[in-house]
Formats: sequence, structure tokens, C-alpha cells
Amino acid sequence: MLETEFCGVKLKNPLMLAAGIMGSNASSLNWILRSGAAAVVSKSFSKDPNPGYHNPTTVEVTGGIINAIGLSSPGVDVFLDELKAVELNEDGQALIASIYGATPEDFVYVTEKIQDDVDSIELNISCPHAMEGYGAAIGQNPDLTHKIISAVKDVSKVPIIAKLTPNVTDITEIAKSAEDAGADGLSLINSLGPGMKIDITTGNPILKNKFGGMSGPAIKPIAIRCVYDVYDAVDIPIIGVGGIQNYADVVEFLYAGANAVQIGTSIMYEGVEIFSRINNDLEKFMIEQGFDSIDEMVGFGHK
Amino acid sequence: MLNVPKVLKIKDIIKETPTIKTFFFDWDMDDEIPYPGQFIMLWNFNDEKPMSISSIDLDNKEIGVTIKKVGPFTEEVFNLKVGDYLGLRGPYGNPFTIPKDKKILVIGGGVGMAPVTCFTDYAVKDNDVDVVCAAVNKDELLFEDRLKKSGANVYNATDDGSSGYKGFATNRALDLIKESHYDFAVVCGPEVMMKPTYDILEDNNIPGEYSLERYMKCAIGICGQCCVDNTGWRICKEGPVFSNDDLKLITEFGNYRRAPTGERI
Repeated sequence: MLETEFCGVKLKNPLMLAAGIMGSNASSLNWILRSGAAAVVSKSFSKDPNPGYHNPTTVEVTGGIINAIGLSSPGVDVFLDELKAVELNEDGQALIASIYGATPEDFVYVTEKIQDDVDSIELNISCPHAMEGYGAAIGQNPDLTHKIISAVKDVSKVPIIAKLTPNVTDITEIAKSAEDAGADGLSLINSLGPGMKIDITTGNPILKNKFGGMSGPAIKPIAIRCVYDVYDAVDIPIIGVGGIQNYADVVEFLYAGANAVQIGTSIMYEGVEIFSRINNDLEKFMIEQGFDSIDEMVGFGHK
Repeated sequence: MLNVPKVLKIKDIIKETPTIKTFFFDWDMDDEIPYPGQFIMLWNFNDEKPMSISSIDLDNKEIGVTIKKVGPFTEEVFNLKVGDYLGLRGPYGNPFTIPKDKKILVIGGGVGMAPVTCFTDYAVKDNDVDVVCAAVNKDELLFEDRLKKSGANVYNATDDGSSGYKGFATNRALDLIKESHYDFAVVCGPEVMMKPTYDILEDNNIPGEYSLERYMKCAIGICGQCCVDNTGWRICKEGPVFSNDDLKLITEFGNYRRAPTGERI
């Protein structure tokens, strides 16, 4: 009943692990798969090793967290071993690699190295706390977005998903640019802001990077609106991501127009058990409401 | 309670050894009571690192955090004085089990004595506790007097033989195991010491708990930095305390760890 697919990739349910959450090694990705997620998205990586920012890299705020991990990664050569060690034991499980870079060449280089070992690639062109020239600096520029996606699509053999930032005036403009460049799907949204938190005893911003991307339940209404708008603007499928804590949140994203969803920050509140719990609750809801498939629910909120 | 550093004044500082100091803070026990084996994230307004809680005083609502000077961060913290501020986030992780009516062997090496001494404070009330207190030399022995005062039987071991047994904690522990029967063990120290200790406890069918350490970022179970092979468990959530059975599944134990980039080192 929960089976669906995204860009031709079969999924046993609509739940995926979001990028940047427990995705730094194969062991934790495998654990999440065993916990009921249909797909896992790796932590973002690029060509070269990157230690990321110094601590504190994460701080909780009302309704979620702000983080500036800074895209730490061991680089593609080392990370490829982790990707190869991800165990997809069941039908309807998938591995998605999240990659970042500064130039079309960076993205192409990494894509070519990994695409035989993953089911799909998510392009992180939307990190709000990335170094100069990376992340949201790309995703806030329709031309740059177009250039990078086109370049990746020229070499790619697996579906390419562009993860977009909400931190733009009109997300549909970027989404259309991504679609026009050949993106097979979209992930909406990356973390919001950036935001800040300041310690009031000493006056120090808590994050070492001073600001970081906001994620968690507080950003969900914005994510829902982005999915809703983009669903009307493009014809490619959408993954909804932002603040999902329970089955009702998943239903909202499906109704807004998402074909699948990603879960991240709520693992802090709920643990890895969140995937099996949502799957159970979602199936119950579908039976109660008379839905036979996930597909029937996609876009149901467009009245 | 949000996972935000509580910025607290340093109430007292004790110089324990030439390289180790304990910092004391008032702690609101109505808020969240820490237990032996748990850790806090310590923020000095420049960097943030996990540190063991070494004492929990419920009556005086006070905790101690014991720190060894090993690099730039700990050196900065060492330069602080009573009345200066530090940020503390936590307590995090699973604590040690406190048994009842058991014969317990506690094995600690270097600053690894910090969490196991905190455990011993709690455990001596209802158990018979022997402690192997190990360090490179006599000057670096941590909490020897405190352990003796607590009522535990303390057996020193130093690499150079300047106090007690000359040799590693593991070998001292092996001698004790030959002499008496232990029901339970608690271990913390460098992983090169914990791995052979684990092997010995396994050989002798003594269930144990071990406190592991890994590079940490968020400490709230999401960033993935401290996840270990092959289980994927998070040291900050499922750890830092693991049992013998857990360690059988943690294949990287005693073999490697991951740097901030995620590369194995």
C-alpha cells in the first residue's frame, strides 16, 4: 500500500533519510534502512576532503535546530567505499548520494565517479552555510543552477535530483530553471535562513560560524508552501523535506504535491524509530481515508 | 529543555595532576540530574568538546568536569580562573549501570579515571569495589585519594613503577581477576588499553561496561559524526557506555576512529 516510486526508482514507502543526518558512513545508513526508510540520502560530499567548521556546529532553538557543520566530508575517493558498503537488501530500497561543489566541473567529476554505485544523485545547490561559491550561492542563481544541472545531466546515467533553497524570492523560478536544465526531480527544501542564536550571558553567537541553516518542525509550513507552489509550476516529481515529525506531516507534504518525503532533524526528538512509526501510522490513515496508494494522495491539496 | 549551552561561572578549580584539572559548577538538579558515565559538551566560546562528568554532588547541587591538557582547546580552558564563564550542554549519553551486592572491578587509565571514579562514588554504597587506578607515573595518578576515601580498594599501576604495580592497567587487572571472582567491570581509558582489557574480561566471562570516545559535533544524535562501524550507533546517544555484547558488534573498537572529515584514522 505504501509503495511508490521516484524518478523510476522503486520505493517500498515514501520515506527517505534527509541529507546531512546520520549519513557520514555506511553503518549508520544501513541502520536507517533497517529502521524502515525506503531510501537514504548520504551526507553531502565533494571532490576533496573537508573538515567543515569548528564546533559549536549545532544548537537547538524553538522548533528545531540551526547548524553550520560546513559540508564536512572525506572526499569522493574515501566516501565511495562507504557508498559501496550500503546494503540494499530489500526490493524498494534505494541509495541516493548528495553531492556538492563550486563549479559544473566539480559536480560532473563526482557524478562520474559514483554513479555506478548509487540509484540517484541529489545535487546540494542549496546549503545556506556553505563556503563562498558553494551551496545556496548556486541555488539562488537560476543561471548557475541551470549550468550545473545541464552539465551533470550530460554525463549522468542515474536520475538527478536538485535540492533547492527556500531562501529566494521566487522558488518556482529556480525550480523551472532546474527542470529546463533536465533535472529528473526536485527536493524541497534545504534548511532555512541562515539563522543565529546569541548567548545572553556573554554576548557570544553560539555557532562558531555565527550563523547556520534552520531545520525542524518550525520550517514545515514554509516547506509545504514551496512544494505546493512548485507542484503547479513544474512537471517533474518532488521530494518534500522540512520538519516532518509524524504521519500527518507526511500526508500534508503528499497533498501539497510531493511524491516522497525526507526526514532529518526529527530523529533528534524521535530517534531512528520514527521511520517505522510513520509507516504504520500512514498506512492506518490511508485505510481510514480510503486511499489505495500514495499516488492518489499526491497533489490532493490542490483544490 | 533546549539543547543550548548553559553558561556558568567556574565555582572552583582543583589541580589534580600536572596535566589534569577538575572544574566545578553549580548545577540545577531539578532540571536534569546527571549520572556517572554521562558527558557534557564544554564550550569555551571558541570551540566545543565532549568532556566526562567526574563528580555529581546532589546535596550541594554541583558537578565536576575533569579535563586533561592535550591540545589548544584544553590549554585555553586550563588558563581560566574561578569566576570565569564556560558553557555546558547536556548531560548526554547513557550512564553506567549501578549494580547491587556485586563484586566489581573498576579499571581506569589516565584521565579515563574521571567517569569511572564518578561511577565508584555511586557503586561503593551497595557493592564491593576494587579499582585499578593507572597512569604513566605517580604524579599523573588521578583520584587515588578520593577513591580510597570513598571506600573502594585501590590498586595503583604506573608505566614506570613509581607507584604500585609497574606496568599496564590491563596486566594489573589480570592479576586481580586470578585472585578473586568479579561479577561486573567498568572500564575507561585510551582505546589501546580498553581493547586488551575487553579481551581479558571476555576470556574470564566478566560482563563489563566501557566508556568510548569519538570526535563529536552535534552530540544530539543527528550529525552522524560519531557513528561507529558496523552498527552505526551514535556514541553520543547509544553510547558512550557500551557492554561487552555491544562491543562485539562495534568492529572499529580498538582499530580506528573517524576524523572531522569522516576519514578513518
